[in-house]
Amino acid sequence: MTTAVASAVQPAPVFDCRQAFAETLMELAAQDPRIVAVCNDSVGSSNLGAFAKAYPDRLINVGIAEQCMVGTAAGLANGGFVPFVCAASPFLTGRALEQIKADVAYNDYPVVLCGMSPGMAYGELGPTHHSIEDFAWTRAIADLTVLVPADPAQTRAAVCWAAAARRPIFMRVGRFKVPAVTEDGPFDPDRIAELAAGSDVTVVAAGTMVSRALEAHSLLAAEGIAARVLNVSTLKPLDAEMLVRAARETGRIVTAEEASVHGGLGGAVAELLSQSHPVPMRILGVPEFAPTGDTAFLLDHFGLNAAGIAAAARELVG
Amino acid sequence: MNAGESSKAATQARAPAALAEADFDRSPASLGEVAKQIRRSVITMIDKAGMGHVGGDLSVTDILTALYFGILRVDPAVPDWPDRDRFILSKGHCVGALYSVLAKRGFFDEALLADFLAPLSPLNGHPNRRKVPGVEANTGPLGHGLPIAIGSAIAARLSGCNWRTFVVLGDGELQEGSNWEAAMCAGHRGLERLTAIVDRNRLQQGARTEETNRLEPLADKFTAFGWDVLEVDGHDMPALLDVFGASGDGRPRCVIAHTSKGRGVSFMEDRVEWHHKVPNADQVAAALKELTV
Repeated sequence: MTTAVASAVQPAPVFDCRQAFAETLMELAAQDPRIVAVCNDSVGSSNLGAFAKAYPDRLINVGIAEQCMVGTAAGLANGGFVPFVCAASPFLTGRALEQIKADVAYNDYPVVLCGMSPGMAYGELGPTHHSIEDFAWTRAIADLTVLVPADPAQTRAAVCWAAAARRPIFMRVGRFKVPAVTEDGPFDPDRIAELAAGSDVTVVAAGTMVSRALEAHSLLAAEGIAARVLNVSTLKPLDAEMLVRAARETGRIVTAEEASVHGGLGGAVAELLSQSHPVPMRILGVPEFAPTGDTAFLLDHFGLNAAGIAAAARELVG
Repeated sequence: MNAGESSKAATQARAPAALAEADFDRSPASLGEVAKQIRRSVITMIDKAGMGHVGGDLSVTDILTALYFGILRVDPAVPDWPDRDRFILSKGHCVGALYSVLAKRGFFDEALLADFLAPLSPLNGHPNRRKVPGVEANTGPLGHGLPIAIGSAIAARLSGCNWRTFVVLGDGELQEGSNWEAAMCAGHRGLERLTAIVDRNRLQQGARTEETNRLEPLADKFTAFGWDVLEVDGHDMPALLDVFGASGDGRPRCVIAHTSKGRGVSFMEDRVEWHHKVPNADQVAAALKELTV
């Protein structure tokens, strides 16, 4: 924990999680002939070039046709394969949402839906290309597990776990570069990890917000506020025990996500705690269609940074 | 061992016993009688449930009977046999006919049909593979079956297995764009072990297809998308068995089956109101009488 916090305040190297994703998928494909990739003209943006070269028959590129892509993946699963659907998250979730619900989740097929470049990763390309609704949309679908790995190591672990999980999964695969915040090890889909201890307030963060929550922890520590930091790598099902304990022990919760403030991580935590251990909360996320700007600018614009998280925590601690 | 070898090993282990074919008469005349029984079953189920899609059930009955009793290599005792042929009912609302055929074929007890649409029954208004043996895909929203069938056909090719994939599409549902994404994909890939059957009854829920959003020239459209297109009388059992018997010639095969909604019951046939109208007691009696001759 101390190491993670210390490295977060230094200029730390940052990584695009798609690289770890693609490397891991290649390694798994070499071991397991059932693994195939399905994409929508997204070979480049999903970093699948090497996969295409090594396994040309096992990369099924249906062209720019997301509904066909997800349905095809369901059919491949029916035929005994484990498809990883790799597509830009806004189009995968927005265009093919009914296929995700009916063809994958309701059928209970072991399809891994990989939402590449989620959140506001496409920065200046604007709200059409941002995927801030994916948490709300996928979270509402029964039997769909929703994963949000926070860094390359966790992406790698999540991909390995998903390949063997034999269940419908949606996973965000980040493009916006993040520092390493987790250590190598197996992915635990049932557990929210505590990355920093604290008893005054808890920051519940997911994905790109985890490293920023750790930076906020340091800012707050300098003021004498002890902020616990939780990394929600499985958005659904939520680790209720860890969240209720945080509410009980710290009495205040700030959630931070690169996603809509409606129906995402904040909503999920509020649904849980309002019925079990209500505490004052602040929900940080994206409240509206974003203006023009690169991802870093937009995250700052919406207060999705260490200063914004620290300010919300300070407000709660009063 | 690759996926194909693994699947083939399973096939060899289980297929010979599973596919013993002498358990029923597959002659067209016999299948015509089976189809009549299926139609009676559909009327009885909808009468009891007070709900259902009788028109489309009756238009697709001969197609389903030909497939399940004459063509598909499936084993009701081992519904998930890996090398089985796949069938997907894209027009999932016509599930009354599918349930009747699956039960008659031995996938589950025919007595269960009496629970169609009853509270907590596995026999929902649209098929659910998690509850009903023999169902391959949960359909209902239109335009979903063909993409899933493409995945199944690609899986067969990738694993080096021999199974065929069949999908029945309603004609009205061809107004869904997802079908044309899939039609393009199947044509491009030359999925010759895929057969899509269009139940061309020319009626959709509220009106004729050609008045609502024109489909014709339908054969030309599929041909242009790279399919081997055949047209057939969708109630002619020998003709159906003939066109379903062979795969396409390097292209996916599209069978446009010309049918009548409500087929077999004179007062329902080709009448738009019988899309999901429920017959009253007199109509049920009259329908069953016509279907008993």
